Amino acid sequence: MLNGVAAGSGYALMGIAMVIIYKTSEVVNFAQGEMALASVFFTYLILQNYGIPFVYAMPLAALFAVFVGCVLEFAVLRRARRQTTLGMIIVTIGLEMILMGLVSWKFGADHKVMPFPITEFDSIWLGGFYVTTLEAVTFSVVWAVMLGLFVFYRYTRLGLIMKATQQNRSAAKLMGVRTNRVLMFTWGLSSLVGCIAGLLLAPRSMEPFMMWDPMLKGFAGAVVGGMTSIPGAVFGAYFIGVVENLFGRYASMEFKSAVAFALIVIVLCVKPSGIFSRHYVKKV
Amino acid sequence: MNASLELKDVQTGYGLIQAVRGASFAVRRGSVTALLGNNGAGKSTLLKTVMGLIPGQPQKGEILLDGERINGMDTESIVRLGVSYVPENRAVFHQLSVQDNLIMGAHVRKDRRALKTDLERIYEFFPILADRVNQPAGTLSGGEQQMLAISRAMMSRPRLLLLDEPSLGLSPFLVRKIFHIIRIIRNQGVTILLVEQNVRKALAIADYALVMESGRLVSAGPSTDLKNDPRIKDFYLGLNIRETQEPSC
Repeated sequence: MLNGVAAGSGYALMGIAMVIIYKTSEVVNFAQGEMALASVFFTYLILQNYGIPFVYAMPLAALFAVFVGCVLEFAVLRRARRQTTLGMIIVTIGLEMILMGLVSWKFGADHKVMPFPITEFDSIWLGGFYVTTLEAVTFSVVWAVMLGLFVFYRYTRLGLIMKATQQNRSAAKLMGVRTNRVLMFTWGLSSLVGCIAGLLLAPRSMEPFMMWDPMLKGFAGAVVGGMTSIPGAVFGAYFIGVVENLFGRYASMEFKSAVAFALIVIVLCVKPSGIFSRHYVKKV
Repeated sequence: MNASLELKDVQTGYGLIQAVRGASFAVRRGSVTALLGNNGAGKSTLLKTVMGLIPGQPQKGEILLDGERINGMDTESIVRLGVSYVPENRAVFHQLSVQDNLIMGAHVRKDRRALKTDLERIYEFFPILADRVNQPAGTLSGGEQQMLAISRAMMSRPRLLLLDEPSLGLSPFLVRKIFHIIRIIRNQGVTILLVEQNVRKALAIADYALVMESGRLVSAGPSTDLKNDPRIKDFYLGLNIRETQEPSC
Protein backbone atom coordinates (compact mmCIF):
# COMPACT_ATOMS: atom_id res chain seq x y z
CA MET A 1 0.00 0.00 0.00
CA LEU A 2 2.76 2.39 1.04
CA ASN A 3 4.80 1.40 -2.01
CA GLY A 4 1.76 2.17 -4.13
CA VAL A 5 1.45 5.66 -2.63
CA ALA A 6 5.16 6.20 -3.21
CA ALA A 7 4.94 5.11 -6.86
CA GLY A 8 1.76 7.12 -7.28
CA SER A 9 3.56 10.32 -6.23
CA GLY A 10 5.87 10.14 -9.25
CA TYR A 11 2.98 9.33 -11.57
CA ALA A 12 0.98 12.18 -10.05
CA LEU A 13 3.55 14.80 -11.02
CA MET A 14 3.64 13.51 -14.60
CA GLY A 15 -0.17 13.42 -14.63
CA ILE A 16 -0.34 17.03 -13.41
CA ALA A 17 2.12 18.09 -16.13
CA MET A 18 -0.02 16.45 -18.82
CA VAL A 19 -3.24 17.94 -17.43
CA ILE A 20 -1.79 21.48 -17.46
CA ILE A 21 -1.24 21.26 -21.22
CA TYR A 22 -4.46 19.41 -21.94
CA LYS A 23 -6.53 21.92 -19.93
CA THR A 24 -5.31 24.83 -22.01
CA SER A 25 -4.65 23.42 -25.46
CA GLU A 26 -6.45 20.03 -25.53
CA VAL A 27 -3.26 18.37 -26.67
CA VAL A 28 -2.29 15.03 -25.12
CA ASN A 29 1.45 15.55 -24.86
CA PHE A 30 3.25 12.24 -25.21
CA ALA A 31 6.56 14.10 -25.26
CA GLN A 32 6.02 15.08 -21.60
CA GLY A 33 8.29 12.35 -20.28
CA GLU A 34 11.12 13.13 -22.67
CA MET A 35 10.86 16.88 -22.01
CA ALA A 36 11.48 15.97 -18.36
CA LEU A 37 14.25 13.60 -19.47
CA ALA A 38 16.06 16.42 -21.27
CA SER A 39 15.86 18.59 -18.14
CA VAL A 40 17.11 15.75 -15.92
CA PHE A 41 20.14 15.09 -18.16
CA PHE A 42 20.82 18.83 -18.38
CA THR A 43 20.89 18.89 -14.55
CA TYR A 44 23.17 15.86 -14.56
CA LEU A 45 25.45 17.64 -17.04
CA ILE A 46 25.80 20.82 -14.98
CA LEU A 47 26.16 18.93 -11.69
CA GLN A 48 28.57 16.27 -12.89
CA ASN A 49 30.57 17.89 -15.68
CA TYR A 50 30.59 21.52 -14.66
CA GLY A 51 30.53 21.02 -10.89
CA ILE A 52 27.84 23.63 -10.30
CA PRO A 53 26.60 23.43 -6.68
CA PHE A 54 23.23 21.75 -6.16
CA VAL A 55 21.53 24.94 -4.88
CA TYR A 56 22.36 26.73 -8.14
CA ALA A 57 21.76 23.71 -10.34
CA MET A 58 18.09 23.41 -9.32
CA PRO A 59 17.01 26.91 -10.42
CA LEU A 60 19.04 26.44 -13.61
CA ALA A 61 17.27 23.13 -14.24
CA ALA A 62 13.91 24.85 -13.69
CA LEU A 63 14.83 27.60 -16.15
CA PHE A 64 16.01 25.03 -18.69
CA ALA A 65 12.76 23.08 -18.32
CA VAL A 66 10.65 26.20 -18.91
CA PHE A 67 12.86 27.05 -21.89
CA VAL A 68 12.41 23.57 -23.42
CA GLY A 69 8.63 23.77 -23.03
CA CYS A 70 8.42 27.26 -24.53
CA VAL A 71 10.72 26.41 -27.47
CA LEU A 72 8.78 23.24 -28.34
CA GLU A 73 5.49 25.13 -28.27
CA PHE A 74 6.86 27.96 -30.38
CA ALA A 75 8.86 25.91 -32.86
CA VAL A 76 6.65 22.87 -33.32
CA LEU A 77 3.21 22.91 -31.72
CA ARG A 78 2.27 26.41 -32.88
CA ARG A 79 3.08 25.46 -36.47
CA ALA A 80 0.97 22.32 -36.20
CA ARG A 81 -2.03 23.90 -34.46
CA ARG A 82 -4.41 23.37 -37.34
CA GLN A 83 -3.83 19.64 -37.17
CA THR A 84 -6.51 17.21 -36.06
CA THR A 85 -6.32 15.71 -32.57
CA LEU A 86 -4.74 12.60 -34.04
CA GLY A 87 -2.23 14.76 -35.94
CA MET A 88 -1.24 16.56 -32.73
CA ILE A 89 -0.77 13.24 -30.93
CA ILE A 90 1.52 12.05 -33.73
CA VAL A 91 3.47 15.32 -33.50
CA THR A 92 4.04 14.86 -29.75
CA ILE A 93 5.04 11.21 -30.26
CA GLY A 94 7.53 12.39 -32.90
CA LEU A 95 8.91 14.96 -30.46
CA GLU A 96 9.19 12.29 -27.81
CA MET A 97 11.31 10.12 -30.11
CA ILE A 98 13.51 13.01 -31.18
CA LEU A 99 14.18 14.09 -27.59
CA MET A 100 14.91 10.54 -26.47
CA GLY A 101 17.23 10.06 -29.45
CA LEU A 102 19.09 13.28 -28.66
CA VAL A 103 19.57 12.33 -25.01
CA SER A 104 20.72 8.80 -25.95
CA TRP A 105 23.13 10.21 -28.53
CA LYS A 106 24.62 12.77 -26.17
CA PHE A 107 24.77 10.73 -22.94
CA GLY A 108 24.63 7.08 -24.07
CA ALA A 109 22.13 4.42 -23.05
CA ASP A 110 23.93 3.21 -19.91
CA HIS A 111 22.74 3.92 -16.38
CA LYS A 112 23.98 7.08 -14.72
CA VAL A 113 24.12 8.07 -11.08
CA MET A 114 22.61 11.45 -10.40
CA PRO A 115 24.68 13.35 -7.81
CA PHE A 116 21.59 14.11 -5.74
CA PRO A 117 21.78 14.98 -2.00
CA ILE A 118 19.17 12.30 -1.23
CA THR A 119 19.66 8.69 -2.30
CA GLU A 120 16.94 6.07 -2.48
CA PHE A 121 18.53 4.33 0.51
CA ASP A 122 18.06 7.18 2.99
CA SER A 123 15.02 6.66 5.15
CA ILE A 124 13.09 8.36 7.92
CA TRP A 125 10.91 7.05 10.73
CA LEU A 126 7.33 8.17 10.36
CA GLY A 127 5.34 7.15 13.45
CA GLY A 128 5.31 3.38 13.12
CA PHE A 129 7.05 2.69 9.83
CA TYR A 130 10.07 3.59 7.83
CA VAL A 131 9.78 5.37 4.50
CA THR A 132 12.59 6.37 2.22
CA THR A 133 13.41 10.07 2.40
CA LEU A 134 12.99 10.28 -1.35
CA GLU A 135 9.44 8.94 -1.11
CA ALA A 136 8.58 11.38 1.67
CA VAL A 137 10.04 14.29 -0.32
CA THR A 138 8.23 13.22 -3.52
CA PHE A 139 4.94 12.91 -1.62
CA SER A 140 5.38 16.38 -0.09
CA VAL A 141 6.35 17.90 -3.44
CA VAL A 142 3.21 16.50 -5.12
CA TRP A 143 0.99 18.18 -2.56
CA ALA A 144 2.98 21.41 -2.66
CA VAL A 145 2.73 21.51 -6.48
CA MET A 146 -0.98 20.74 -6.38
CA LEU A 147 -1.62 23.44 -3.78
CA GLY A 148 0.54 25.93 -5.68
CA LEU A 149 -1.33 25.27 -8.91
CA PHE A 150 -4.69 25.51 -7.14
CA VAL A 151 -3.75 28.95 -5.77
CA PHE A 152 -2.33 29.96 -9.16
CA TYR A 153 -5.44 29.03 -11.15
CA ARG A 154 -7.90 30.26 -8.52
CA TYR A 155 -6.41 33.51 -7.34
CA THR A 156 -4.01 34.93 -9.92
CA ARG A 157 -4.78 36.99 -13.00
CA LEU A 158 -2.62 34.77 -15.19
CA GLY A 159 -4.48 31.72 -13.89
CA LEU A 160 -7.79 33.31 -14.90
CA ILE A 161 -6.39 34.17 -18.34
CA MET A 162 -5.23 30.56 -18.78
CA LYS A 163 -8.67 29.23 -17.85
CA ALA A 164 -10.36 31.66 -20.22
CA THR A 165 -7.99 30.72 -23.06
CA GLN A 166 -8.69 27.06 -22.45
CA GLN A 167 -12.47 27.56 -22.57
CA ASN A 168 -12.71 29.77 -25.62
CA ARG A 169 -9.57 30.85 -27.43
CA SER A 170 -11.38 33.13 -29.90
CA ALA A 171 -13.21 34.90 -27.08
CA ALA A 172 -9.92 35.28 -25.18
CA LYS A 173 -8.45 36.97 -28.26
CA LEU A 174 -11.45 39.30 -28.30
CA MET A 175 -10.51 40.32 -24.75
CA GLY A 176 -7.05 41.24 -26.06
CA VAL A 177 -5.32 38.16 -24.60
CA ARG A 178 -2.14 37.17 -26.44
CA THR A 179 -3.22 33.55 -26.59
CA ASN A 180 0.00 32.37 -28.23
CA ARG A 181 1.98 33.62 -25.25
CA VAL A 182 -0.45 31.96 -22.86
CA LEU A 183 -0.01 28.62 -24.63
CA MET A 184 3.75 29.04 -24.63
CA PHE A 185 3.71 29.75 -20.89
CA THR A 186 1.50 26.68 -20.38
CA TRP A 187 4.07 24.45 -22.05
CA GLY A 188 6.83 26.03 -19.98
CA LEU A 189 4.92 25.47 -16.74
CA SER A 190 4.08 21.91 -17.67
CA SER A 191 7.69 21.20 -18.57
CA LEU A 192 8.74 22.58 -15.18
CA VAL A 193 6.40 20.20 -13.32
CA GLY A 194 7.68 17.32 -15.48
CA CYS A 195 11.26 18.31 -14.66
CA ILE A 196 10.48 18.16 -10.91
CA ALA A 197 9.06 14.66 -11.43
CA GLY A 198 12.15 13.61 -13.41
CA LEU A 199 14.55 14.94 -10.80
CA LEU A 200 12.75 13.03 -8.05
CA LEU A 201 12.78 9.83 -10.09
CA ALA A 202 16.41 10.17 -11.23
CA PRO A 203 18.05 8.93 -7.98
CA ARG A 204 16.26 5.57 -8.45
CA SER A 205 17.14 5.02 -12.08
CA MET A 206 18.68 7.31 -14.63
CA GLU A 207 18.85 6.26 -18.25
CA PRO A 208 17.16 7.46 -21.49
CA PHE A 209 14.06 5.29 -20.96
CA MET A 210 13.51 6.31 -17.33
CA MET A 211 10.51 8.57 -18.01
CA TRP A 212 8.56 6.25 -20.29
CA ASP A 213 6.83 4.24 -17.57
CA PRO A 214 6.05 7.21 -15.24
CA MET A 215 4.71 9.19 -18.21
CA LEU A 216 2.35 6.40 -19.27
CA LYS A 217 1.19 5.79 -15.70
CA GLY A 218 0.80 9.53 -15.16
CA PHE A 219 -1.26 9.70 -18.34
CA ALA A 220 -3.36 6.77 -17.14
CA GLY A 221 -3.89 8.56 -13.81
CA ALA A 222 -4.88 11.76 -15.60
CA VAL A 223 -7.40 9.86 -17.76
CA VAL A 224 -8.85 8.14 -14.69
CA GLY A 225 -9.12 11.52 -12.98
CA GLY A 226 -10.68 13.25 -15.97
CA MET A 227 -7.80 14.85 -17.95
CA THR A 228 -8.86 18.39 -17.03
CA SER A 229 -8.71 18.12 -13.25
CA ILE A 230 -5.42 18.46 -11.40
CA PRO A 231 -6.74 16.89 -8.16
CA GLY A 232 -8.28 14.23 -10.41
CA ALA A 233 -4.90 13.44 -11.98
CA VAL A 234 -3.33 13.17 -8.52
CA PHE A 235 -6.11 10.92 -7.26
CA GLY A 236 -5.92 8.79 -10.43
CA ALA A 237 -2.15 8.46 -10.13
CA TYR A 238 -2.33 7.35 -6.49
CA PHE A 239 -5.16 4.98 -7.33
CA ILE A 240 -3.11 3.39 -10.10
CA GLY A 241 0.02 3.26 -7.93
CA VAL A 242 -1.82 1.50 -5.10
CA VAL A 243 -3.85 -0.89 -7.30
CA GLU A 244 -0.87 -1.97 -9.42
CA ASN A 245 1.26 -2.59 -6.31
CA LEU A 246 -1.49 -4.61 -4.62
CA PHE A 247 -1.99 -6.52 -7.88
CA GLY A 248 1.74 -7.16 -8.13
CA ARG A 249 1.89 -8.36 -4.53
CA TYR A 250 -1.19 -10.60 -4.46
CA ALA A 251 -1.98 -11.55 -8.08
CA SER A 252 0.73 -11.35 -10.69
CA MET A 253 3.99 -9.42 -10.73
CA GLU A 254 4.21 -10.05 -14.47
CA PHE A 255 1.03 -8.18 -15.32
CA LYS A 256 1.49 -5.43 -12.72
CA SER A 257 2.13 -2.75 -15.34
CA ALA A 258 -0.90 -3.71 -17.39
CA VAL A 259 -3.19 -2.77 -14.49
CA ALA A 260 -2.91 0.96 -15.24
CA PHE A 261 -4.18 0.47 -18.76
CA ALA A 262 -6.93 -1.93 -17.69
CA LEU A 263 -8.09 0.82 -15.31
CA ILE A 264 -8.21 3.32 -18.20
CA VAL A 265 -10.50 0.98 -20.13
CA ILE A 266 -12.77 0.40 -17.14
CA VAL A 267 -13.05 4.11 -16.29
CA LEU A 268 -13.69 5.08 -19.91
CA CYS A 269 -16.47 2.50 -20.10
CA VAL A 270 -18.11 3.46 -16.80
CA LYS A 271 -17.53 7.24 -16.68
CA PRO A 272 -16.03 8.45 -19.96
CA SER A 273 -15.26 11.96 -18.69
CA GLY A 274 -13.17 10.54 -15.83
CA ILE A 275 -13.89 10.40 -12.14
CA PHE A 276 -13.25 14.05 -11.29
CA SER A 277 -14.21 15.81 -14.49
CA ARG A 278 -17.56 17.55 -14.37
CA HIS A 279 -20.06 17.02 -17.12
CA TYR A 280 -20.81 20.57 -18.12
CA VAL A 281 -24.32 21.25 -19.36
CA LYS A 282 -24.47 24.22 -21.66
CA LYS A 283 -27.76 26.10 -21.85
CA VAL A 284 -28.77 26.79 -25.45
CA MET B 1 -12.96 63.56 -41.62
CA ASN B 2 -14.55 62.81 -38.27
CA ALA B 3 -14.59 59.04 -38.85
CA SER B 4 -13.80 56.51 -36.16
CA LEU B 5 -13.81 53.60 -38.58
CA GLU B 6 -13.37 53.82 -42.31
CA LEU B 7 -13.50 51.04 -44.89
CA LYS B 8 -12.26 51.57 -48.42
CA ASP B 9 -13.23 49.02 -51.05
CA VAL B 10 -12.93 46.09 -48.63
CA GLN B 11 -13.25 42.65 -50.20
CA THR B 12 -13.43 39.49 -48.13
CA GLY B 13 -13.84 35.88 -49.11
CA TYR B 14 -13.87 32.35 -47.79
CA GLY B 15 -11.89 30.37 -50.33
CA LEU B 16 -13.66 30.80 -53.66
CA ILE B 17 -16.73 32.41 -52.12
CA GLN B 18 -16.71 36.19 -52.17
CA ALA B 19 -18.66 37.33 -49.10
CA VAL B 20 -17.98 41.08 -49.22
CA ARG B 21 -17.51 42.69 -52.64
CA GLY B 22 -15.98 46.11 -52.15
CA ALA B 23 -17.51 47.78 -49.12
CA SER B 24 -16.69 51.45 -48.59
CA PHE B 25 -18.16 53.50 -45.75
CA ALA B 26 -17.27 55.50 -42.69
CA VAL B 27 -18.59 55.30 -39.16
CA ARG B 28 -18.69 58.76 -37.61
CA ARG B 29 -17.22 59.23 -34.16
CA GLY B 30 -19.84 59.12 -31.40
CA SER B 31 -22.60 57.86 -33.70
CA VAL B 32 -24.60 54.66 -33.94
CA THR B 33 -24.39 53.21 -37.43
CA ALA B 34 -26.67 50.32 -38.29
CA LEU B 35 -25.58 47.75 -40.85
CA LEU B 36 -28.70 46.08 -42.22
CA GLY B 37 -29.37 43.28 -44.63
CA ASN B 38 -30.66 39.77 -45.07
CA ASN B 39 -29.00 36.57 -43.93
CA GLY B 40 -25.90 35.97 -46.02
CA ALA B 41 -25.57 39.61 -47.04
CA GLY B 42 -22.04 39.72 -45.59
CA LYS B 43 -22.70 41.86 -42.50
CA SER B 44 -21.14 39.56 -39.90
CA THR B 45 -18.27 38.75 -42.26
CA LEU B 46 -17.57 42.46 -42.50
CA LEU B 47 -17.38 42.81 -38.70
CA LYS B 48 -15.13 39.75 -38.46
CA THR B 49 -12.90 41.23 -41.14
CA VAL B 50 -12.59 44.47 -39.19
CA MET B 51 -11.65 42.47 -36.07
CA GLY B 52 -9.03 40.43 -37.94
CA LEU B 53 -10.87 37.19 -37.18
CA ILE B 54 -10.68 35.80 -40.72
CA PRO B 55 -7.10 34.77 -41.52
CA GLY B 56 -5.63 36.46 -44.58
CA GLN B 57 -8.57 38.83 -45.03
CA PRO B 58 -9.44 41.34 -46.40
CA GLN B 59 -8.18 40.35 -49.82
CA LYS B 60 -8.34 43.96 -50.99
CA GLY B 61 -9.08 47.38 -49.59
CA GLU B 62 -8.20 49.30 -46.48
CA ILE B 63 -9.58 49.40 -42.94
CA LEU B 64 -8.71 52.53 -40.96
CA LEU B 65 -9.29 53.09 -37.27
CA ASP B 66 -9.02 56.80 -36.49
CA GLY B 67 -6.90 57.10 -39.62
CA GLU B 68 -4.56 54.22 -38.69
CA ARG B 69 -4.51 51.25 -41.02
CA ILE B 70 -5.45 48.06 -39.17
CA ASN B 71 -5.50 45.57 -42.07
CA GLY B 72 -3.53 42.44 -41.29
CA MET B 73 -3.27 43.20 -37.56
CA ASP B 74 -4.09 40.34 -35.24
CA THR B 75 -7.31 40.49 -33.22
CA GLU B 76 -5.51 41.09 -29.92
CA SER B 77 -3.78 44.19 -31.30
CA ILE B 78 -7.03 45.58 -32.71
CA VAL B 79 -8.71 45.11 -29.32
CA ARG B 80 -5.79 46.90 -27.69
CA LEU B 81 -6.42 49.86 -30.01
CA GLY B 82 -9.83 50.28 -28.37
CA VAL B 83 -12.21 48.17 -30.42
CA SER B 84 -14.65 45.80 -28.68
CA TYR B 85 -16.69 43.21 -30.48
CA VAL B 86 -19.73 41.32 -29.25
CA PRO B 87 -20.17 38.36 -31.61
CA GLU B 88 -23.48 36.87 -32.59
CA ASN B 89 -22.94 33.81 -30.36
CA ARG B 90 -22.00 36.10 -27.41
CA ALA B 91 -18.85 34.02 -26.74
CA VAL B 92 -19.03 34.25 -22.96
CA PHE B 93 -16.66 32.00 -21.02
CA HIS B 94 -19.18 29.37 -20.03
CA GLN B 95 -17.36 27.88 -17.07
CA LEU B 96 -16.11 31.17 -15.64
CA SER B 97 -18.29 33.10 -13.22
CA VAL B 98 -20.10 36.27 -14.28
CA GLN B 99 -17.55 38.33 -12.33
CA ASP B 100 -14.56 36.56 -13.92
CA ASN B 101 -16.08 37.15 -17.37
CA LEU B 102 -16.30 40.86 -16.60
CA ILE B 103 -12.74 40.93 -15.26
CA MET B 104 -11.57 39.27 -18.49
CA GLY B 105 -13.31 42.09 -20.37
CA ALA B 106 -10.98 44.57 -18.69
CA HIS B 107 -7.87 42.58 -19.62
CA VAL B 108 -6.35 45.28 -21.82
CA ARG B 109 -6.92 48.10 -19.36
CA LYS B 110 -3.99 49.59 -17.55
CA ASP B 111 -5.97 51.42 -14.85
CA ARG B 112 -6.75 48.31 -12.84
CA ARG B 113 -7.73 50.41 -9.81
CA ALA B 114 -10.86 51.71 -11.54
CA LEU B 115 -11.96 48.15 -12.21
CA LYS B 116 -13.95 47.88 -8.99
CA THR B 117 -15.85 51.08 -9.73
CA ASP B 118 -16.72 49.84 -13.23
CA LEU B 119 -17.88 46.49 -11.87
CA GLU B 120 -20.11 48.25 -9.35
CA ARG B 121 -21.53 50.46 -12.09
CA ILE B 122 -22.35 47.42 -14.22
CA TYR B 123 -23.99 45.60 -11.32
CA GLU B 124 -25.99 48.72 -10.55
CA PHE B 125 -27.12 48.87 -14.14
CA PHE B 126 -27.77 45.13 -14.48
CA PRO B 127 -29.00 43.95 -11.08
CA ILE B 128 -29.59 40.49 -12.56
CA LEU B 129 -25.82 40.14 -13.14
CA ALA B 130 -25.17 41.26 -9.57
CA ASP B 131 -27.48 38.50 -8.35
CA ARG B 132 -25.53 35.94 -10.36
CA VAL B 133 -22.05 37.22 -9.80
CA ASN B 134 -20.59 33.83 -8.85
CA GLN B 135 -22.72 31.76 -11.22
CA PRO B 136 -21.05 30.17 -14.27
CA ALA B 137 -21.91 32.24 -17.33
CA GLY B 138 -23.02 29.14 -19.24
CA THR B 139 -25.99 28.73 -16.93
CA LEU B 140 -27.41 32.19 -17.67
CA SER B 141 -30.38 32.62 -19.99
CA GLY B 142 -29.85 33.96 -23.52
CA GLY B 143 -30.83 37.50 -22.54
CA GLU B 144 -28.61 37.46 -19.47
CA GLN B 145 -25.70 36.17 -21.54
CA GLN B 146 -26.25 39.01 -24.00
CA MET B 147 -26.24 41.55 -21.15
CA LEU B 148 -23.05 39.95 -19.86
CA ALA B 149 -21.43 39.98 -23.31
CA ILE B 150 -22.21 43.68 -23.81
CA SER B 151 -21.12 44.55 -20.25
CA ARG B 152 -17.90 42.59 -20.75
CA ALA B 153 -17.21 44.50 -23.95
CA MET B 154 -17.78 47.77 -22.10
CA MET B 155 -15.32 46.79 -19.36
CA SER B 156 -12.46 47.58 -21.74
CA ARG B 157 -13.82 51.14 -22.15
CA PRO B 158 -13.72 50.92 -25.94
CA ARG B 159 -13.84 53.82 -28.35
CA LEU B 160 -15.55 51.66 -30.98
CA LEU B 161 -18.07 48.93 -30.18
CA LEU B 162 -19.11 46.38 -32.81
CA LEU B 163 -22.36 44.57 -32.02
CA ASP B 164 -23.44 41.59 -34.09
CA GLU B 165 -27.17 40.89 -33.86
CA PRO B 166 -27.58 41.73 -30.18
CA SER B 167 -31.33 41.06 -30.25
CA LEU B 168 -31.09 37.65 -31.89
CA GLY B 169 -33.29 35.07 -30.20
CA LEU B 170 -34.46 37.36 -27.40
CA SER B 171 -37.98 38.05 -26.21
CA PRO B 172 -39.56 41.46 -27.08
CA PHE B 173 -39.03 42.61 -23.49
CA LEU B 174 -35.32 41.76 -23.60
CA VAL B 175 -34.95 43.29 -27.06
CA ARG B 176 -36.30 46.58 -25.65
CA LYS B 177 -33.88 46.31 -22.74
CA ILE B 178 -30.88 45.60 -24.99
CA PHE B 179 -31.68 48.56 -27.24
CA HIS B 180 -32.08 50.74 -24.15
CA ILE B 181 -28.58 49.66 -23.10
CA ILE B 182 -27.20 50.47 -26.55
CA ARG B 183 -28.71 53.96 -26.29
CA ILE B 184 -27.02 54.49 -22.91
CA ILE B 185 -23.66 53.31 -24.28
CA ARG B 186 -24.03 55.74 -27.18
CA ASN B 187 -24.76 58.55 -24.71
CA GLN B 188 -21.42 57.77 -23.05
CA GLY B 189 -19.73 58.77 -26.30
CA VAL B 190 -18.88 55.31 -27.60
CA THR B 191 -19.06 54.88 -31.38
CA ILE B 192 -21.22 51.89 -32.29
CA LEU B 193 -21.46 49.81 -35.44
CA LEU B 194 -24.56 47.68 -35.08
CA VAL B 195 -25.39 44.69 -37.26
CA GLU B 196 -29.05 43.93 -36.84
CA GLN B 197 -31.95 42.18 -38.53
CA ASN B 198 -34.55 43.94 -36.42
CA VAL B 199 -34.63 46.83 -38.90
CA ARG B 200 -37.33 48.82 -37.18
CA LYS B 201 -35.46 48.86 -33.85
CA ALA B 202 -32.10 49.46 -35.50
CA LEU B 203 -33.35 52.43 -37.51
CA ALA B 204 -34.99 53.85 -34.42
CA ILE B 205 -31.71 53.96 -32.54
CA ALA B 206 -29.18 54.59 -35.32
CA ASP B 207 -27.95 57.93 -36.60
CA TYR B 208 -26.85 56.39 -39.89
CA ALA B 209 -27.66 53.19 -41.66
CA LEU B 210 -26.11 51.04 -44.38
CA VAL B 211 -27.87 48.32 -46.30
CA MET B 212 -25.99 45.31 -47.66
CA GLU B 213 -27.19 42.83 -50.25
CA SER B 214 -25.13 39.90 -51.54
CA GLY B 215 -21.87 41.34 -50.25
CA ARG B 216 -22.44 44.85 -51.63
CA LEU B 217 -23.55 48.07 -49.99
CA VAL B 218 -26.70 49.09 -51.81
CA SER B 219 -27.89 51.97 -49.72
CA ALA B 220 -26.47 54.36 -47.11
CA GLY B 221 -27.52 57.53 -45.35
CA PRO B 222 -29.08 59.02 -42.25
CA SER B 223 -31.47 56.54 -40.68
CA THR B 224 -34.36 59.00 -40.93
CA ASP B 225 -33.91 59.01 -44.73
CA LEU B 226 -33.72 55.22 -44.91
CA LYS B 227 -36.87 54.88 -42.84
CA ASN B 228 -38.68 56.68 -45.64
CA ASP B 229 -36.90 54.86 -48.47
CA PRO B 230 -39.61 52.89 -50.35
CA ARG B 231 -37.24 49.96 -50.94
CA ILE B 232 -36.43 49.66 -47.24
CA LYS B 233 -40.08 50.07 -46.34
CA ASP B 234 -41.06 47.40 -48.78
CA PHE B 235 -38.33 44.85 -48.31
CA TYR B 236 -37.35 45.19 -44.65
CA LEU B 237 -40.32 46.77 -42.90
CA GLY B 238 -43.05 45.22 -45.07
CA LEU B 239 -45.07 48.45 -45.07
CA ASN B 240 -45.93 48.58 -48.77
CA ILE B 241 -46.97 44.95 -48.75
CA ARG B 242 -49.53 45.76 -46.09
CA GLU B 243 -50.73 48.75 -48.06
CA THR B 244 -51.20 46.74 -51.27
CA GLN B 245 -53.04 44.03 -49.37
CA GLU B 246 -55.66 46.48 -48.13
CA PRO B 247 -58.93 46.05 -50.03
CA SER B 248 -59.73 48.94 -52.35
CA CYS B 249 -63.22 50.33 -52.24
